[in-house]
Amino acid sequence: MNADRITEKLSILADAAKYDVSCASSGSKRKNENKGLGNASNGICHSYTEDGRCVSLLKILLTNYCIYDCAYCVSRKGNDIQRAAFTVQEVVDLTINFYRRNYIEGLFLSSGIFKDADFTMERLVQVAKKLRTEHKFNGYIHLKSIPGASDELMREAGLYADRLSVNLEMPTEEGLKLLAPDKNRQDMIDPMQFLKDEIILRKEEKKLFKKAPLFAPAGQSTQVIVGATPETDQQVLQSANYFYQNFNLKRVYYSGYVPVLADKRLPALNTSVPMVRENRLYQADWLMRFYGFNVNEIVNQGQPLLDLDIDPKLSWAIRNMQAFPIDINKADLQLILRVPGIGVQSAQKIVSARKFGKLNWDQLKKIGVSVNRARYFVTCNSPEFERRDLTGNNIKQFILAESQSKYLKNKPNQLNLF
Amino acid sequence: MTTLFYDGTFEGLLTVIFEIYDRKLSVVRLFKGQQQAGAMFGEKLDVITNEVYATRVLKGLRKKLSPNGVQRLYIAHMAEMDNEENNLVGFIRYVFDSAQNIEDDYGNRYVIRLSEIIRMMRREKHRMEAFVRFQKLKDDTYYASVEPDFNVLPLLIRHFKSRYADQKWMIYDLKRSYGIYYNGHDTQFITLDFATVANPGDVISAYTEDESIYQHLWKSYFHSVNIPMRKNTKLHVRHIPKRYWKHLTEKI
Ligand code: SF4
Repeated sequence: MNADRITEKLSILADAAKYDVSCASSGSKRKNENKGLGNASNGICHSYTEDGRCVSLLKILLTNYCIYDCAYCVSRKGNDIQRAAFTVQEVVDLTINFYRRNYIEGLFLSSGIFKDADFTMERLVQVAKKLRTEHKFNGYIHLKSIPGASDELMREAGLYADRLSVNLEMPTEEGLKLLAPDKNRQDMIDPMQFLKDEIILRKEEKKLFKKAPLFAPAGQSTQVIVGATPETDQQVLQSANYFYQNFNLKRVYYSGYVPVLADKRLPALNTSVPMVRENRLYQADWLMRFYGFNVNEIVNQGQPLLDLDIDPKLSWAIRNMQAFPIDINKADLQLILRVPGIGVQSAQKIVSARKFGKLNWDQLKKIGVSVNRARYFVTCNSPEFERRDLTGNNIKQFILAESQSKYLKNKPNQLNLF
Repeated sequence: MTTLFYDGTFEGLLTVIFEIYDRKLSVVRLFKGQQQAGAMFGEKLDVITNEVYATRVLKGLRKKLSPNGVQRLYIAHMAEMDNEENNLVGFIRYVFDSAQNIEDDYGNRYVIRLSEIIRMMRREKHRMEAFVRFQKLKDDTYYASVEPDFNVLPLLIRHFKSRYADQKWMIYDLKRSYGIYYNGHDTQFITLDFATVANPGDVISAYTEDESIYQHLWKSYFHSVNIPMRKNTKLHVRHIPKRYWKHLTEKI
């Protein structure tokens, strides 16, 4: 092995892949039943970058040569950068050797499009196939589905990969037209539709025949870039919601646009990455998936943008003061989940614990409730309750004053949700 | 107030509970180790671990707690956290003094403390599953040194055994001076004699040739995926506290 050459390729092709923010390696249930190498289940972050993002997978491009010229992408044809390409075997060796040292959960392989969609997809599939069949590798494999690749190849990809994804990139069709005129949104949606149907079909099959092979057990995901085009949060979240509902997506990733290219259609190079906005979008996404919120409750015509200075749950609560206060010792789990300062785990603990006796502030604090926020919205077994005549705006000011330094200086991150 | 001393084992803890009820003690303090002559007031008692008593208490616990509840108690004790014994005793007494199963009574200070300990243990276990960095030795064993905050090695066996079923590996806890070794079939606990050297990693210079290449590739990968425009050191350090760095290939 030529170590220097590989090192060089790795740095070029990892660098080009890093703007794809998806790092998840969870949601699969591939077991190590053949006494081979690895398994894929909960997904572990093996390290964190200096910007605080999870490093879970070896995330690389097979090549950064590309025939397209998407404005937002560093690998676009017209960009004057170093190009490189891995061989199939090189990717396999890197994956296995990183995996055996417990550096990674598996491989996330994407690629620039060289020659055509099928040619590219075929190489990606070859890597996955080699890992699974020749190396008995049961770790996580995420393949990018290349828009326009044949159904045959997509089907094969699903047999080896845990997850497949097509990046929508732009939240709306107009955004895509503007920045990637030679791409067509329908070409991205087609493989999603195909995979969705195939996944459902294979699940049915698996119910009937236990031995039926796994097919993309961790489902599909996608990514949208935010801040490159002028879409509102309402448009972004509505579109995410649409894909969750219609394509059974496991995750939508929001990637704050990092200005790496000068192009008059794009934000200037010195624009800062919209990290707070990105974080707010993830919080809103969680509210939709785990907290029983409807997208329209979070953003709507009257409220098309997420508040940047407070999280979307608090923002919803102060716009809906008529729903509060709720009695923590009586309210349904669904309502408790809507209280700012109470997460899923605390909510469940509350519902368990109150069977043994009514809970007071001290107990709630111990359970993990952030009483500083929750106290404006609940009553409990303590006589003290915040004056009921506070307006939503007052509450916002109080909470902000208390947590000011924390919120404004230290930009919140996607893992630290509520 | 009675001060009790025990040997630090789980059976020992259960024996302590037996003594508390047998002797009808009300206010107690529990310490690991043996009585010291001198300064303490009140009664003192060395509890000698007794398997029969311990088994009786365990049976009682099994009646009052779910299997998971018993396991959580066991893990909380295994953690070997300083000064938590009294909370565990408080928890067990609360179990026996209540008519119903109280393991979900998070309004109770002992129950919530137990759940905090379990959470800390679980977090440390996850960290180890993430931060173990194997280095390949010439005999094809993959070796890693760790220094976890709590005693979590026994909790790691299942994960590493099912994941790395086809390679020999060893994870060694330098703080507690023992490790687990998997020979391709079974795991066993082992102790190595590194008496005079601080870091066994330095002693075992028997790495394979490509070990340094892959370490180098990993470091360079780690460097490449960083996006400088998003730098957030505070967050970085919160995810990987500095005390873990010395065993992380990419941070050395
Ligand atoms: S097709 Fe993909 S790799 Fe090529 S320029 Fe567009 S986004 Fe970049």
